[in-house]
Amino acid sequence: MGAPLTVEGLSICAGPTTLVDNLSFSVQPGEVLALIGESGSGKTTTALALMGHARHGCSISAGRVRIGDTDVLALDGRAQRALRGRTVAYIAQSAAASFNPSRTIMDQVVEPTVIHGLCRRAEAEAKAVQLFRELALPDPEGIGSRYPHQVSGGQLQRLMAAMALIADPDLVILDEPTTALDVTTQIEVLRAFRRVVRERRATAVYVSHDLAVVAQMADHILVLRNGGMREMNATGRILAAPADDYTKSLLAAARPAPRASGAAPDDGRELLLEVRQLSAGYGPVDAQGRPAKPILQDIDLKLYRGQAIGVIGESGSGKTTLARAVAGLLKPSSGSVLFHGRELKPTLQQRERDELRRIQIVFQMADTALNPSQTIERILARPLEFYKGLRGEPLRRRIRELLDLVKLPQTVAGRLPGGLSGGQKQRVNLARALAAEPDLILCDEVTSALDTVVGAAVLDLMAELRRELGVSYLFISHDLHTVRAVCDEIVVMQHGRKLAQVARADYDRGPHHPYYELLARSVPELRQGWLDDVDRAAAAAIAS
Amino acid sequence: MESSTSSPALNTAAPALPPAPRRSPLRWLAGFGFTGLLGLAVLLFWLLAAALGPWLLSHSSAGAGTSNVFAPISAAHWLGTDYLGRDMLALVIEGARYTVGVALLATLLASGTGTTLALLAAASGRWTDATLSRCLDTLTAIPSKMFALIMVAGFGSSVPMLVVTAAIIYVPGAFRIARSLAVNINALDYVTVARTRGEGTLYIMLREILPNIVGPMLADLGLRFVYIVLLLASLSFLGLGIQPPAADWGSLVRENIGALAMGGASVIVPALAIASLTIAVNLVIDNLPGRAARERGAR
Repeated sequence: MGAPLTVEGLSICAGPTTLVDNLSFSVQPGEVLALIGESGSGKTTTALALMGHARHGCSISAGRVRIGDTDVLALDGRAQRALRGRTVAYIAQSAAASFNPSRTIMDQVVEPTVIHGLCRRAEAEAKAVQLFRELALPDPEGIGSRYPHQVSGGQLQRLMAAMALIADPDLVILDEPTTALDVTTQIEVLRAFRRVVRERRATAVYVSHDLAVVAQMADHILVLRNGGMREMNATGRILAAPADDYTKSLLAAARPAPRASGAAPDDGRELLLEVRQLSAGYGPVDAQGRPAKPILQDIDLKLYRGQAIGVIGESGSGKTTLARAVAGLLKPSSGSVLFHGRELKPTLQQRERDELRRIQIVFQMADTALNPSQTIERILARPLEFYKGLRGEPLRRRIRELLDLVKLPQTVAGRLPGGLSGGQKQRVNLARALAAEPDLILCDEVTSALDTVVGAAVLDLMAELRRELGVSYLFISHDLHTVRAVCDEIVVMQHGRKLAQVARADYDRGPHHPYYELLARSVPELRQGWLDDVDRAAAAAIAS
Repeated sequence: MESSTSSPALNTAAPALPPAPRRSPLRWLAGFGFTGLLGLAVLLFWLLAAALGPWLLSHSSAGAGTSNVFAPISAAHWLGTDYLGRDMLALVIEGARYTVGVALLATLLASGTGTTLALLAAASGRWTDATLSRCLDTLTAIPSKMFALIMVAGFGSSVPMLVVTAAIIYVPGAFRIARSLAVNINALDYVTVARTRGEGTLYIMLREILPNIVGPMLADLGLRFVYIVLLLASLSFLGLGIQPPAADWGSLVRENIGALAMGGASVIVPALAIASLTIAVNLVIDNLPGRAARERGAR
């Protein structure tokens, strides 16, 4: 049974800037409160403050946090350490980065009880196995003796929940626990989390930017923006009747509307890209020319000028490998790629500069896709100089045009990528691809690392660019919502094979390939009780 | 995602900033900060001493030995005298030519060559990388003193020879560090983007990779400088380095080690000179303008 949580006037500062401003809320025992907002809204900072922790450079400047009868912020360092892991438990976003790779899972899961001296090791292990079972982990007795790299990401996330719950904490903080997971894995993890939280009647704070996920988990939702509370209400009220404008925009972004394609009718369009029987993989090739680790097998794909095709699948399905093979970064083991009816050479070195110009690639992580030591102006100038030989004033004019095109202010030109937000970086990333005036842009998970609202704005921009400039997209994503919003056709991939191709008109008309149906079903819907409906449907399917 | 939450001030709608103004030399100097400027002043002092010292000194030290051995600091001998009764101030200033000249030049040569080869290894294919790495590994396997001995035996002892020998000895270390940094950068998306654009190896080496490894490489350069000063001192000890009566600071320390028991200035002064130059070089490197900003930006 959880303890009530009360927060009064919490303020957190980093130097002169205020990250969290005078925040007050309370959670009843056994209830789940969701903190929702975009990155930089102070969600995680608030969540960490509930444990009395402030990140390096930040300090909790005012306010009180009470868990049960304990005033967390009044405790000294030693007492706070005693509190953490026992009274308050924290489940971080990336379980893969939070586990120690050189120790077994069981060692790490029972660690909180060992540190706090709660019970003997054997008891703790028995309890851990019980938790593994509750969290629906496979092989609950044996999984503890494995190492973190031997289990999947979704399992690791649940194991982390077991670690958090083993000391029976009064308050559980879940910080974006499913953001890094595939939809099909996410649904399992959500289901496990919800059952554990409900059965143990734990008080929980769930931090997320995904309203649809939160709708399944939380009793109340608190909407944060720029460190201030915009709205707090019961989940049903927030979803049905949001009072604040920002909440409305969040809701709108979570239900992505299809963007108009503006493409010409099907007939008479030029075939831009044709992929024929493409196979590729990594590792040394054997006598038949097959690589040791085949990833892609016999992929066929046709993309017409102005069209956007979405490639969807779980991680490891070969989506990114397909893009790399088309871009020439990976030599296919068999099959061919035709562009404008001409066969493309397998490697970058063999392709002509103009062929390279016509295909541009935009990566997922804008942080690593922009050189941190070059200004935005330099980054955008290079493709213009390289392909078009622009110099001086025409070059500067074109850079200004590009910044306008992606709706960035002119002032960012002189800044380094480190001074830009995630959404702005992704826009620069797009602008660099557009600078080459390509026919085809390969988009690898371009919105996955962005918040819903920012991601929606980037999608709008991409749809608009397509209408205005007539570029084509090969849009790779694991998020069916995004793909449906921008693409004319969807290619479904699993284990390196193309399973199905669904046209836009048929998105909602079935029947489709069972795997596509599974993916479609796994995308959380923005209503309460969706997860229960899915469970009921699954139970009914098994019963019949 | 989460990395950006740590700097929310940057995420809020971009405040309108004027584009970076053209750098004037004064603004650039101001970027050093106090400790950086201090380091720069000391470094400049030793450079000037090395360049102009012999003309500034009123009397030459050559053959000016007196019977006043290991004399303390006095009005006649500002920094005392050495084991032959020569004026220490004159010796230190003349030694600056060798230490600053040979050591600094050798360090720059070693780090420069190492970094260039490392960039080439990282940016070009597997074969270039393997060949370069194995060749330089072989060089590491030869003991440095032995190598210097062979070089001196073969080509005789001269200042250019010492510079080249010290540089060759320290190239593999610089190469190793620069290569491991460059390989990491080479795997990042922006380098992949540059490759798909069709950029040549030279552009990728100099524009995409080099600016992002230059910080750690400069720190390495500071460290390497100290090693080279020590190497030169030990070479002098073996009689392979700077030949007497000329002496670099390392040799001055060794020659006057006898003064340690009497607390004479002659052993402390050259040691202090080495320390001040080393600290100055490292202070300047740590405070290079823009470095802090770049590191913040990279995070």
